Amino acid sequence: MSGVLVILEQRSGTWNRMSYEAVAAGRALAEKTGQPLAVATLAGKGAALSWQIGGQPTTAYLVEHELLEPYTSDAYVIALEQLIKKLEPSYVLFPHTYQVRDFAPALATRFKQVLISDVIAIRYDSAGSAGPVFVRQLFQGKLNADYRHAGTGPCFVSLQAGSFRADESTSSGTPETFTPQLEASQIRNKPGERFRESGQTVDLTQAPVIVSVGRGIGEQDNLPIVEELAQALGAELAASRPICDNGWLPMERQVGSSGQTVSPKLYLAIGISGAIQHLVGMKGSKSVIAINKDENAPIFEVADYGVVGDLFEIVPELTKAIQTAKA
Amino acid sequence: MKIVVAIKQVPERDAPIHIASNGRWIDDADLNYTINEPDAYALEEALQLKEKNGTGEVIVVCAGPERVQSTLREALAKGADRAIHIEAEDLTGLDTLGIAQILADAIKPESPDLILTGLQSDDLGLGQTGVVLAELLGIPHATIIMHVEPTSTGLKVKRELEDGWFQHVEMPLPTLLTIQSGGNKLRYATLMGIKKAKTKELKTVAASASTAASAVTLDRVYLPEKQKKTEMLTGSPSEIATKIVEKLKFEVRVL
Repeated sequence: MSGVLVILEQRSGTWNRMSYEAVAAGRALAEKTGQPLAVATLAGKGAALSWQIGGQPTTAYLVEHELLEPYTSDAYVIALEQLIKKLEPSYVLFPHTYQVRDFAPALATRFKQVLISDVIAIRYDSAGSAGPVFVRQLFQGKLNADYRHAGTGPCFVSLQAGSFRADESTSSGTPETFTPQLEASQIRNKPGERFRESGQTVDLTQAPVIVSVGRGIGEQDNLPIVEELAQALGAELAASRPICDNGWLPMERQVGSSGQTVSPKLYLAIGISGAIQHLVGMKGSKSVIAINKDENAPIFEVADYGVVGDLFEIVPELTKAIQTAKA
Repeated sequence: MKIVVAIKQVPERDAPIHIASNGRWIDDADLNYTINEPDAYALEEALQLKEKNGTGEVIVVCAGPERVQSTLREALAKGADRAIHIEAEDLTGLDTLGIAQILADAIKPESPDLILTGLQSDDLGLGQTGVVLAELLGIPHATIIMHVEPTSTGLKVKRELEDGWFQHVEMPLPTLLTIQSGGNKLRYATLMGIKKAKTKELKTVAASASTAASAVTLDRVYLPEKQKKTEMLTGSPSEIATKIVEKLKFEVRVL
């Protein structure tokens, strides 16, 4: 058992950008552990893929079968189980996408292993038999935790978006095709077409200034104080998931892994603790100002300017000060 | 439809988190516990499915020490029909596979049509117990589900994908779904519900013995290091407002 295998995600010939980050993590892991690197992706029959996976020559596998399109967890688990049994890698890395979350835990179970999910860093500080340390977050980002693989089978790891810097892309040549044994009867779910809800009108991705509100606002009746601030700043109003879950703001105003990914000049986070699902969506912001009553809130780890305090006292004062400055 | 909802008891979100002296978990001496929020949405989905159908049974299952019975009672007060407490003093030594195995062993004799659970937990956030449970039980699964609709042959569910995309998936029964928040509004337990809950069955079963060694170990927990050098702005609210305006003018340049 040797090697690092990175599973890349693509849809209709377009690579998920997190795949490149996973390759970067895989390359570092391969170098540190002195093992060869291989990459693989799954696709339907006749997939036209341009392999741009970066760095030095790497073995690439195209796992191809008509039953792999559209995606189902059953087909992916069966196909990857066969590929992994053939290659016998020590490590199997995935980008932490929604698709990976859907099938990778079941795949790991087939090998009596546990997926170490949404890893934000890999440390190699204790060289030797203990192996690398996989860092992931606990308690909505309030704590970090060091995990180690203890099993005898392959170590399955998924990598959180934005945690590893993607390599420059260069071509890697022709992949080897691997055709898994798959039967239609093994696939139990019937997926439909992907769709978006109609009437999505708010495009936060282009907004230069965003005022974003989280759980700290307490209740819907308190929203006007952040609406007034957004208005004073000429900003788009956004929110973290719980605000939209409660129906206080429409889902299309949500920033995060399940909402929109934004990159404004200014992101003003109000009463947002900063769980990783939210940080993933706002990491590209040029400047971040955070106001939160909890000094240990993870949002302060990514903020340029932080205010520990009561948003109900600070936000109205800030709105006034901005109005005065603009007058 | 017989629906099992697997729920987890977790520390309240606002609870101050202190690292235990051995550095391997948190100090749980003074913590208040509650139902894992995504699991509350799974319970809500189960209760609504039963109400829409007019028949069926909702059984809540939770593994942990005696304190988890309060969370099970709350689920009964909201409308679950009965509860199973899988008694396990300390679960921290088990990995996801171990936890899913004791859940599978307790759920299997019930032969449910549908198993629901939240998409991830607020404490560990591994987001895989449901998928592993389905794999161990040999039933299909679908994750991050916003809506569930019974059909003549099984279920039609609405999955949330990334970046605002969705997908419908048709699946046979029995099956397992992990439920996303926001698909439904959570209900509160009524006074009548709380009264009724006292008469409902809460069965305690022993956790099945774990045979396998852990596939992963949690070595250490610690406070995250800052990724950015954050300048903290202090003072009275109006002083802070003035300082932020200065930053907006001269550093961020949006005013």
